[in-house]
Amino acid sequence: MNTLPPAPERFIWNRSHLLGLEDLSAAEILAVLDTAGALREVSTRSIKKVPALRGKVVVNLFFEDSTRTRSSFRLAAQRMSADVLDFSVSTSSVSKGETLADTALNLEALGVDAIVIRHRSSGAPHAVARVVRCSVINAGDGGHEHPTQGLLDLFTIRQTFAPRGKKFSDLHVAIVGDIAHSRVARSNLWGLTRLGAKVTLVGPTTLCPDQFAGLGAEVSHCLDDVLPRVDVVNMLRVQFERLASAAFPSIREYSRYFGLDEARLKRCRPDVLVLHPGPMNRGLEITSAVADGPRSGILRQVNNGLAVRMAVLYLCIGANSFAAKEF
Amino acid sequence: MNPTQLLILNGTLLDPAKGRLELGDLLIVDGRIAASGAGLRAQAPDATPLDVAGCYVAPGFIDMHVHFREPGQEHKETIASGSAAAVAGGFTTVCCMANTTPAIDSDTQVEFVLTQAARVDRCDVRPFGAITKARAGNELAELRLMHEAGAIGFSDDGVGVGSAAVMLKALQYVKMFDGLISQHCEEPTLSGGCMNASATALRLGLAGIPAAAEEVMLARDLVLNRRVEARYHVQHVSTAGAVELIRQAKKAGLPVTAEVTPHHLLLTDAACGSYDTHFKMNPPLRGATDVQACQTAVADGTIDCLATDHAPHTPEDKAQEFDKAPFGVVGLETALPLYAEALVRGGRINWLQLMEKMTTNPARILRLSDRGALTDGLRGDVVVIDPDKTWRIDPAKFRSQSRNTPFTGRRVQGAIRYTVRGGRVVYTAET
Repeated sequence: MNTLPPAPERFIWNRSHLLGLEDLSAAEILAVLDTAGALREVSTRSIKKVPALRGKVVVNLFFEDSTRTRSSFRLAAQRMSADVLDFSVSTSSVSKGETLADTALNLEALGVDAIVIRHRSSGAPHAVARVVRCSVINAGDGGHEHPTQGLLDLFTIRQTFAPRGKKFSDLHVAIVGDIAHSRVARSNLWGLTRLGAKVTLVGPTTLCPDQFAGLGAEVSHCLDDVLPRVDVVNMLRVQFERLASAAFPSIREYSRYFGLDEARLKRCRPDVLVLHPGPMNRGLEITSAVADGPRSGILRQVNNGLAVRMAVLYLCIGANSFAAKEF
Repeated sequence: MNPTQLLILNGTLLDPAKGRLELGDLLIVDGRIAASGAGLRAQAPDATPLDVAGCYVAPGFIDMHVHFREPGQEHKETIASGSAAAVAGGFTTVCCMANTTPAIDSDTQVEFVLTQAARVDRCDVRPFGAITKARAGNELAELRLMHEAGAIGFSDDGVGVGSAAVMLKALQYVKMFDGLISQHCEEPTLSGGCMNASATALRLGLAGIPAAAEEVMLARDLVLNRRVEARYHVQHVSTAGAVELIRQAKKAGLPVTAEVTPHHLLLTDAACGSYDTHFKMNPPLRGATDVQACQTAVADGTIDCLATDHAPHTPEDKAQEFDKAPFGVVGLETALPLYAEALVRGGRINWLQLMEKMTTNPARILRLSDRGALTDGLRGDVVVIDPDKTWRIDPAKFRSQSRNTPFTGRRVQGAIRYTVRGGRVVYTAET
């Protein structure tokens, strides 16, 4: 195995859990981003592995379907030499009526060091963190938070704008779509505002309530007004199930007003960064020309996600037992 | 010593029905109040004495909204355990809701509850019958048969009656025998959430129940009842808007009464911030302005009475994820000091007025003319209160089978010393 890259100077992290970005300080967020920056290099090596988490066990406890986040966490753990246990809910005792707390306690009794949990109920990772002593990492809870997605978005934004000499406090970010039900929107909102960026939430009134203004964001219902003023546009996925709840009349009408196509992109600043947490509905909230165009950071987000998750795992379960100077 | 005579000595008599607050004794003979006033000892030399110097003596509390879970969910509460909790909280009359399994929607079900309560014989338990069959909201339940079997009123509590047409028929039908409709106001098409629709809900990513869900159904019912004028009671008022609707309806002379719970008088939805399901109830905890409005409404009489909505759930039920856990908190054993904290300590009302809202007013709404005052000839249902005693709420000490209170660890002032029902001491505080 290869030697380890040097760890960043700034090292402010005393947490064993990552439940959300709302609780994190700016220094803690930057600690993750800096650690991820150092770890990104590992993925460029011919042998894409470091021993930092050798002997640690990470369990993926996913109660909701997920391919990319689950794979990303799995690969992240493996690149750090941790053992990975994939806990499949459909074949488990959960379908036999076991409570979430019991499931978590049983996994802990097997000797896992971290539980990476995705759950459709907001607050489920917090409930697990109350009963176990091992690390709990939130991989998305209901409509609450998706902190590693927020961190990888922050990482991608910094990666794009830092070389141009811009800090977070110089940036204005639009998050567009179903804000009310989006955990990605919330994690982005907390992370960005904590680092000093300005955030405007954009969506139809039914999916982007004005009450968000009380949480530190600007709220707009007109994408065309917002686009010329922002440095980053983060397009959220249209959730088709919201159609049934009549939050908007049709996909056609939604994409007319809140979809990002080339014509709309022309309203933006020339150096705008377009993000999307995926999976995309091409042609609905974002056209292929935009998603695959030069302003898109979408595949970089996926790539950075790996480094961010390596960093999160390292900080939550590895940093205490290894010299902090070295990975 | 005459066992059929109880003489409560040296207390401060609080009789809200007469606006009376005076030092004195209270004599109960054969289960009925025989006399009250100064120096009764000479009048009843053989009576069993109970010296309560320094305490208040008030009519037994009446809670017109509890859930005793029997039949069907006896692992949460039974009529026996619920009765024990009731008398420990000073309640001598409680009305249990119909959302049991199966629902109380027939005369035989009503008789079952009354029979179980008589077997336990600690507290007067009066069942509400369901408004609709199986509380499904579609067809009227056998309202008149239940009424004759002893149902105190009718409610689908847990849910509101969603159909305006069914609600109108229910109001019209109970009018025939002057029955009471008690509504859980929650418009079903606006509901489906698990906490107050608010900035806190947005922050937590939890689906909200808007204030409008309560207000829309209440407003609808008030319109429906304008022409019917049936007895209509609003359960667990939680929003400033609902308070205003009731205030206007009363001003217009409509027959409407209302209740509010301890938690809606003291807590806001900010308490849900850590996903603690002990703060999950329906209607949900609302904002600070709603809490203020509810307190004001009690003080100005818009809200007539206080009711706990005692809703026991097991630790397993409450250990679920916030959106999956059941709604509800227990309340009987902590009601008095919490009401006192919200209303008396803040200067909104005095102790006599508090007693009115816990006894005289619910008795009036329920048409229980034999209780709710210290008048001679009424039932010997009396509570002895130590208003100064401070204590810490400890769920482990509850008589209720369930522990799901949002007030764990809270320091409160005011405690029940004795509860007397029909002249018999049914609860004595540990000293």
